[in-house]
Amino acid sequence: MELQEARRTLVVPGEAFAEGEYKILTPSYVIRLDKRYVATVVGLAQVNDEAKEISIIPLEGCYIPQPEDVVVGYVVDVGLTSWELDIRAPFTATLYAVDFLGRPVNPAKEDLNNYLTIGDTILAKVEVFDRNRGPIVTTKGKGLGKVVRGTVIEISPVKVARVIGRKGSMHQILEGETGCEVIVARNGRILANCPNRELEDILIMAIIKIDREAHIPGLTDRVKEFIIREKVKRGLIGGETKTD
Amino acid sequence: MEKPKLIKENGLRHDGRRPNELRPIRMSVGILNKASGSALVEYGETKVLAAVHGPREIPQRHLLLPDRAVIRCRYHMLSFSTHERKSPVPTRREIELSKVIREALEPVVISETFPRTAIDVFIEIINADGGTRTAAVTAASLALADAGIPMKDLVVGVAVGKVDGVLVLDIDEEEDMFGEADMPVAIAPSLGIVTLLQLNGVLTREEFSEALRLALAGANLIYEKAREALRDRYMKVRVEE
Repeated sequence: MELQEARRTLVVPGEAFAEGEYKILTPSYVIRLDKRYVATVVGLAQVNDEAKEISIIPLEGCYIPQPEDVVVGYVVDVGLTSWELDIRAPFTATLYAVDFLGRPVNPAKEDLNNYLTIGDTILAKVEVFDRNRGPIVTTKGKGLGKVVRGTVIEISPVKVARVIGRKGSMHQILEGETGCEVIVARNGRILANCPNRELEDILIMAIIKIDREAHIPGLTDRVKEFIIREKVKRGLIGGETKTD
Repeated sequence: MEKPKLIKENGLRHDGRRPNELRPIRMSVGILNKASGSALVEYGETKVLAAVHGPREIPQRHLLLPDRAVIRCRYHMLSFSTHERKSPVPTRREIELSKVIREALEPVVISETFPRTAIDVFIEIINADGGTRTAAVTAASLALADAGIPMKDLVVGVAVGKVDGVLVLDIDEEEDMFGEADMPVAIAPSLGIVTLLQLNGVLTREEFSEALRLALAGANLIYEKAREALRDRYMKVRVEE
């Protein structure tokens, strides 16, 4: 099925970009004044006249946790029964020792610093987050837990969707073309495990390119081309022999 | 210092502007990389830098509100921004301006999106040549937009003054010092609301209406430039070949 073509424009706060009756898909970024739909952030407004839907892809902003989001956090504080993680949200996230260790802890006998300490990198999943409490994360799940190797690349959290791409297309290209294992966390931290330094450099450059050019169409093809060109430049693949 | 002639015989002002003319305005957005958002705004010789941090958790937990973010604002003049060295200690005037600028921004920021957090706005006056509070409002709203904080509209400021009996737009320091009245105004043009209005000096009712009309016209021009400055940040990004 072909996707319906939507009008896309760059909007700034206070700009009315549609009029009439539409369904707002991104309520945080659009407000309705009388019959006009006004943007509240700098972003790309999409107006789908057939489906009568409007949405805005923001170009700036911080990370707002949502349950089920996979995030990369750094330990910033060690408590008696929990750790505090910086997940680039307005709030620090709590990781309970019971959850991480899988058993109850006795703070009188154990020091949590022995398991995780300040500066450690954790791959976790947001379990709960609402307006009354700070986010609580869990490390129960496949691949979650303390990160012991790899590189973390930080990009703007609002551009994570572009690094994943439509149906994961960009993610596939990044992994397929560089041979790196790439985990894209929702808070804009990308965890990469690469076979060698050169491929890692190419991956980082490609991700920076995505962050910079996220609002310009045709990104996926440009990134694919970019990676191939960089690989040729470094002699990782020849002109005609194309092996990974 | 003797009072200079502020309106010349040909009706032009001491710097050659017409009464309803703005100073040259320049704006750039996203110039600091450690802050969540930033903007540099120049109204002629007046130069203002604004930076936004947050929304974030703050150690002063008693300040936080359960249903929305608090906006904290600091307006500060750098020691070298004036003719004579200004002590860096916040003065009574700076504390007042921090408050009125904060109140000028609060109606447009959708602070309910971030309960229990604080949004910090830091404004530094790099060079002061009249109209610093209005330039500060413009810079702060651009910095907030750059930080990705949802806002109903941008707020822009401009001052109207009365010098030698003539109402003039966007007054500079000399006109402020020797003029009869000074009226800074900040508006959110798309929402059609005035978020800051102060008046120093005396205006008649008719003069006040005329001054407000002049300010709205000026603010609309500045508003267009502000929107352009925000867009420019992305329009200037070109595909790397």
